[in-house]
Amino acid sequence: MLDNLPSPSRRTLLRGIGGAAVLGAGIPLLSACGGSGAAADPKTVTLGSKASDPVPKKAFADIYAAYQKKSGITVDVNTKDSNTFQEQINSYLQGTPDDVFTWFAGYRMQFFAAKGLATPIDDVWQTIGGNFPEAMHKLSKGEDGKYYFVPLYSYPWAVFYRKSVFQQYGYEVPTTWDDFVALCKQMQKDKLVPIAFGDKDAWPALGTFDQINFRQNGYDFHVDLMAGKAAWTDAKVRKTFDLWTEILPYHQEGSTGRTWQDAAQTLASKKAGMYMLGTFVAQQFTNKADLDDLDFFAFPEIDPAFGQDTVEAPTDGFMMSKSPKNKAQAVKLLEYLGTSAAEDIYLKSDPSVVHATTDADTASYTTLQKKAYEMIAGAKSLTQFMDRDSRPDFTSTVMQPALQKFIRDPKGVDSLLSSIERQKKTIFASS
Amino acid sequence: MSTQITEEIPEAATVPPPGAAPKAVHGHRRLLTRRDRLTLGLMAGLPTILHIALVWVTALASIALAFTTWDGIGFDSIQWVGLQNFKELFEQNPQFWPAVQHNVIWFAVLIVIPTPLGLFLAVQLDKKIRFSRVYQTAFFLPVVMSMAVIGFVWQLIYNPDTGLINSVIGANEPGKYIDWIGDPDLNLWAILIAASWRHAGYMMILYLAGLKGVDPSLREASALDGASEWQTFKNVIFPTLRPTNTVVLVVTIIEALRAFDLVYVFNGGAEGTELLSILVTSNIIGESSRIGYGSAIAVVLLLISLVVIVPYLVATFRKERRA
Repeated sequence: MLDNLPSPSRRTLLRGIGGAAVLGAGIPLLSACGGSGAAADPKTVTLGSKASDPVPKKAFADIYAAYQKKSGITVDVNTKDSNTFQEQINSYLQGTPDDVFTWFAGYRMQFFAAKGLATPIDDVWQTIGGNFPEAMHKLSKGEDGKYYFVPLYSYPWAVFYRKSVFQQYGYEVPTTWDDFVALCKQMQKDKLVPIAFGDKDAWPALGTFDQINFRQNGYDFHVDLMAGKAAWTDAKVRKTFDLWTEILPYHQEGSTGRTWQDAAQTLASKKAGMYMLGTFVAQQFTNKADLDDLDFFAFPEIDPAFGQDTVEAPTDGFMMSKSPKNKAQAVKLLEYLGTSAAEDIYLKSDPSVVHATTDADTASYTTLQKKAYEMIAGAKSLTQFMDRDSRPDFTSTVMQPALQKFIRDPKGVDSLLSSIERQKKTIFASS
Repeated sequence: MSTQITEEIPEAATVPPPGAAPKAVHGHRRLLTRRDRLTLGLMAGLPTILHIALVWVTALASIALAFTTWDGIGFDSIQWVGLQNFKELFEQNPQFWPAVQHNVIWFAVLIVIPTPLGLFLAVQLDKKIRFSRVYQTAFFLPVVMSMAVIGFVWQLIYNPDTGLINSVIGANEPGKYIDWIGDPDLNLWAILIAASWRHAGYMMILYLAGLKGVDPSLREASALDGASEWQTFKNVIFPTLRPTNTVVLVVTIIEALRAFDLVYVFNGGAEGTELLSILVTSNIIGESSRIGYGSAIAVVLLLISLVVIVPYLVATFRKERRA
């Protein structure tokens, strides 16, 4: 039906009406808001931001203010509610996007790069490359090997625990799978919930899968699986689920009805011994003494061939849109954003994350931050998290419900895996 | 209270299409100046254009898109795939058939539990008992609230760790744990209680309006004839409520098919509570969306709506015309 219409009218008609119509009103409004008319001003760079929460919003604003002071260039920020920004990123990038925009590393960045909705920034990386560890270089490249992304900060996933609880019962930090399972058993005997768990929002379980899978099968296989190249019916994946089944009885009961915040409370109240999550779990420790008591360790080794060389560390940063109005200044801005100086400013207001650069000033870091930073800096490979390493439509419509099903019924894993594989094939085959 | 009643009812009745401007009678046509005609044209034309663009074009576009795959990036990436989306939906999507089933259960429960309850409440309130305004307000209050808010409120009750129910009966301990939100055998019923809580008030207000229209002389006559209260209701009052019943049935079918917000807030349509509307949303909204696939689900929802609503409306209107 669409193909029969003459080309120019088809575009305008569908942009105007069809866009709103098909996708729900409001989507074209976002693209209309971009750019904000400052097109030709050589002293202005526009920047689309998803940092709508007060803490990051201020932290970002501080960076741009410092840059303006330094360079005399105004950064015209266009902030959107972060969920809205993510949901509308498609039409935003196709409309009249800002010169630079905030985004995530990993497949989510590569997807838009491959669609030609971002400008390669190899020239920026010639200047800033030395500031970043090898793993960050890898993360910032598109599938074509060109750079598309400037990382700003990162935060690792790990197993959290309370020092006082480990002290009280005389537990030791487990480094191997067997130690880990033995510790779970012991905690259960001591009337603790060994592993706090809340999967009501359906994404926390993705993190558990990631950890077991790359420890058992290594980074390369994990990346292939996420990219849709390896099969979910592979015996290696089955092994991952077998290991998960082994520790599932030690997870907190009723997890599909519990939010991650509530699960964090069981760790805070010392009812649970451990909790596998990102460092943002610290936000739930509002009492200073409890926060000081919080510590973490890397997910234990499963296969000695891979050890603990992979760290899951979602990374946020910046990209350049497909045809920036002020490219020269956008390049300069990105060069600035890729320095430790810019990251320092950010971390001053938001201490829940760590620098992406290697030459960062870690003097003001909390103990947790220092540990998180060392963990990332020492990693051989960094993963982003399942929904950033794979197609988000696949992870949200297939993997999230599938893993919730697995958690409730681990015995049905074989039919579950073949169902995942069938659905994966059709999703990855399209576009 | 009375304003809310009148506001609520038009939503239930079939809304006349906007843009149906009154037609001028022939003899008076000359009285309309060019300006009048322009004004009238705009008043009728603009809503018509908006209606066509926002209702018909979108509906037809999403039917067309159901036979394509499209990630929403550029119109060149739209590819025709024929019935592929539907095939995948019927054969491979593990959430599809549960979703259809839950929509049906949703309708059955709404018609069996809160609808008679609403009728019962309406009949009681219609007797002008003491404090009837207070009761009326209390039962109607949930209808005024948005479904999303109701979802939040009931989550506080159902929360398995800190919620009211589990705290009172001590079911938040290991061993005795009841997971109202996560357990697929429980969560649909838990949500349906919340939905019924609201629907009963809605039905009550519809029936109350219907009862106000019952001619008092009918009651008087049946009282004179010595009919008991139940006999009066069964043989005199209920038959006169037939038009209201039509509205109630249509409203309940619509409520069951558009069920979304409550579940979306409650647990996002996780296992046990899948609904067609939620599948549509989760496939279409997002950064790399499956617009074709989501549209295919929407088309299924549309077909189910038509299959249910059209024959019923045709039959009803035919009957009413004859009467």
